[in-house]
Amino acid sequence: MDTGSPQDTGPDASQSTIEAAGGEPVWIALPPGLLKMRRLLLVVWLGLITLAAGLVPGLLAGPAWAAFALPPLALLVWGWVMLERNWRSWRYTERADDLLISRGVLWREETVVPYGRMQLVEVTSGPVERHFGLASVQLHTAAAWTDATIPGLDPAEAERLRDRLTELGEARSAGL
Amino acid sequence: MTAPGGAEASKATAETAETAAEVTEAAAGVTEAASEAAAGVTEAAEAAAEVTEASETAETAETAEAAEASEVAKTATDTATEVTETASETAETATEVTERRLHPVTPLRRAWAPVAVLIGWAVHDPDGAQRHLTRLTTTTLLIGLAVLVPAAALYGFCSWWFTHFAVTESELRIRTGLVFRRVAHIRLERIQAVDVTQPLLARVAGVAKLKLDVIGTDKKDELAFLGADEARTLRAELLARAAGFAPETAHEVGEAPSRQLLRVPPGVLALSLVLTAATWASLAAALVVPPVLWLVTHSLWTVLAVALPLLGAAGASSVGRFVAEYDWTLAESPDGLRIDHGLLDRSHETVPPGRVQTVRIVEPLLWRRRGWVRVELDVAGSSNSVLVPVAPREIAEDVVARVLPGVSVPGPAALSPAPRSARWCVPLWWRGYGLAVTDAVFASRSGLLRRSLALVPHAKVQSVRLTQGPWERARGLADVCVDTGANKTVRARLRDAAEARELLAAQAERSRTGRRDARPDRWMA
Repeated sequence: MDTGSPQDTGPDASQSTIEAAGGEPVWIALPPGLLKMRRLLLVVWLGLITLAAGLVPGLLAGPAWAAFALPPLALLVWGWVMLERNWRSWRYTERADDLLISRGVLWREETVVPYGRMQLVEVTSGPVERHFGLASVQLHTAAAWTDATIPGLDPAEAERLRDRLTELGEARSAGL
Repeated sequence: MTAPGGAEASKATAETAETAAEVTEAAAGVTEAASEAAAGVTEAAEAAAEVTEASETAETAETAEAAEASEVAKTATDTATEVTETASETAETATEVTERRLHPVTPLRRAWAPVAVLIGWAVHDPDGAQRHLTRLTTTTLLIGLAVLVPAAALYGFCSWWFTHFAVTESELRIRTGLVFRRVAHIRLERIQAVDVTQPLLARVAGVAKLKLDVIGTDKKDELAFLGADEARTLRAELLARAAGFAPETAHEVGEAPSRQLLRVPPGVLALSLVLTAATWASLAAALVVPPVLWLVTHSLWTVLAVALPLLGAAGASSVGRFVAEYDWTLAESPDGLRIDHGLLDRSHETVPPGRVQTVRIVEPLLWRRRGWVRVELDVAGSSNSVLVPVAPREIAEDVVARVLPGVSVPGPAALSPAPRSARWCVPLWWRGYGLAVTDAVFASRSGLLRRSLALVPHAKVQSVRLTQGPWERARGLADVCVDTGANKTVRARLRDAAEARELLAAQAERSRTGRRDARPDRWMA
């Protein structure tokens, strides 16, 4: 139970501390694949909606009604910009004893999960994500509110993170 | 023995050989008599003792044959002890998994269901029910009964017959189901709480329901019903085993002695409910809304459809709460905190030490003059939430100090209020927010009229979050959320952003190190 302190982690500690000299953790950003995937999905769906909203009234009721295509088009442009801001806001860092995840532009959220509290680590990858070579890592603790997910990672990095978190979680296991 | 001659040695050899043969025989006997394992154990042990004596004799003999013989004897002893071990193992498994059945009245627990269905149908469609009733002849009635009653009886009997439970050293096993088998192994050291409840009819029948709160168990994992005394002894045994007492002594430990901490007098409980605004609000709604609806719609069904749930809610929040919280007794014992309550349905809950995730001290507006508070608690995987329905503040704080050892409830002066700029985010109510972090707990207060102070021991914090909306960022504020294992989140709202950031780091550190001083899962071991 009493394995929480960094002193008794032994050889582990040297490789786990990737903190800069100033004590500030080194943040890792997400790879660009996630942004690419989200933008593609946005363009595909909103593009279809724009086409439908423009063509159907335009052909049936006259060219002026094609203006219905403008709101989805505006949404597409706005979404294009927002997706990048959101993607930029995601970052995480592995500290000696906990994992830090920071995200959000307007509603910012920063989550700290001590390794010892991890119950299970999950790597998931849907069909679209797999096509883009992405995987997400999700951490579960005994609290359902702990929503610690890191999306859009490189599969190799996701697996490395999973193995490392599992190992650290075992070493510092504390349960409820 | 002191003067070893050849004859003596050979004699010893012969003896050891004989005893070895005996042992082998005994061993064979043991393996054969698997059902009479206990008897086998004693036999094997006796044989082993004999062999040891013989080998001692042989060791004194200096001849080579004697030494050889002693070796033979030794191997014989080894096999004998091995056999003893296996025999005792079989004996253990034989005694360990004594499967028990529930109380024989159990099949009757759902006997009212078909009757209820019939009544519901009759109420729903009175004309149709009457038509069908007149068409029923005596013969069809008799045939129906002749089919239904044995079928129901058979179902009830089977569901009772095929439900077994057993208490092993570390687990409670429940085996149930005839067609779809289900075996649940519940680990005792993970018990979060144990409840023995007696609904009114069960009290009449002298039976009780035993429920273990372990994270992830569902409703099927309760033992309903057991004899009232059996339920009590089983609870004591489960708690003793969960506490880490040896299995042999777990039976004898029995019910741990308890010391009463608090008993809520019925008068105080009634007055506290009278002074609760929610009671009056639901009563007022039930009395005002139906007449108004009648004036507007003149439709009896609409009024009934609205009035009945409202009346139900009003009843539940006044009379229902009084009945449920009547004679609330809180006692302390080595195996946890005992909570006994109820007027009609009695329930006896036990929360083992170190299982409480969050404690809330709630202070409604009208109670403030009398200095009364209500104490609520969260235990993972448990639905129990009230610790003390009403008590003077000092007594309640004393109880909290026992539930969370080493914790003193921070007073109003110890809480640092939200900064003044918070008034732009949450007008008026920002005054209710307050935060105090002590060595042992994270304490956050919220609410202006109905004040609520939530306490989370650092060891129970699963993760810490900092959230900041656009409004809060404009004012330089942030919220700190602390997640616990009971799926509850305690928020310290509207803190200064820099302070919140420091708090986030410090709280993560404290939650990590806080576990070090926490009690073990088996608290007596």
